[in-house]
Amino acid sequence: MSSLGYFVEQYVLLAGALFTLGCVGFLVRRNVLVQLMSIELMLNAVNLMLVAFNRQHTADLNGQVFAFFIIAVAAAEVAVGLAIVLAFYRLKSSVQSDEADQLRH
Amino acid sequence: MTVGNVFFVVASVVALFGAFMTIASRSPIRSAVGLLITIVGIAALFLMLNAQFLAAIQLIVYAGAVVVLFVFVIMLLGPDAGDGEGTVVRARVARYGAGAFFLLLSFGAAHLVSRADLSPTRFKIAPAGHGSVEGIGTLLFGSDVIPFELATALLIVAVVGAIAVARGKPHVRHQSKSASPTARMFNGPLMARDAQRPLPTKAERAAKAAGGV
Repeated sequence: MSSLGYFVEQYVLLAGALFTLGCVGFLVRRNVLVQLMSIELMLNAVNLMLVAFNRQHTADLNGQVFAFFIIAVAAAEVAVGLAIVLAFYRLKSSVQSDEADQLRH
Repeated sequence: MTVGNVFFVVASVVALFGAFMTIASRSPIRSAVGLLITIVGIAALFLMLNAQFLAAIQLIVYAGAVVVLFVFVIMLLGPDAGDGEGTVVRARVARYGAGAFFLLLSFGAAHLVSRADLSPTRFKIAPAGHGSVEGIGTLLFGSDVIPFELATALLIVAVVGAIAVARGKPHVRHQSKSASPTARMFNGPLMARDAQRPLPTKAERAAKAAGGV
């Protein structure tokens, strides 16, 4: 037990748990804001995994650079996503995802 | 237990607690705080993994920008940002069924991995400068300069797109309810009361939910 935090498997397990929580949140919640936060959780879990594997493979820094780009893309994604939430709220006066049924009718 | 072990356990418990708070809170502002807790926990884990630059970026971009943006939108929407009353039973069953199914899949995957015959190897001592600002900066302005510049272009486009989508046209004051939904989505003011359009009452919403299925 004295080696917690020094094996890549422990980080993979933690990242998997975080990704699972994010995915379950995305599937179960119907509040669009919470769904966006769940997407952020999943992206963070993937980042953690990339950095952990990069710590295992110290010859280069490609994993960390990849995580850096994921952070940039996630920031862009959240800006556009929240703008779409505002436009959706303007249309429906609600942020529940099952109100987005315009294409059904 | 060394200091590193305690650090890892505390950071991972904090991250998991924050993630659970994010998906389980009824109020979205608590979800945002949960996301903030998770982000701080993951930044601590980045520090443990010799990724000092990424830990700083994680705190600046996520805790400083993304969570604040979420909080702004939640405050802008006011009480409407919360959960409404779920009306369609079938949809709720589908949502919880999908969540349970994915949870089951994850446990199955974890079980399969735990049965595999792996031989874990402890992290090697990292070379000096692994994950430092110098190391990452050399890569970003050296071999990875084209993706780096493309990322800046992506951020510019995202900012312009976000403004274009989120900006209501304030001079469109009197918007008829019969205007096309696309026009209302992109041209109207944010709050229905600013469009001289009364908010639907609870009874109206219920009638719409009952009749619109």
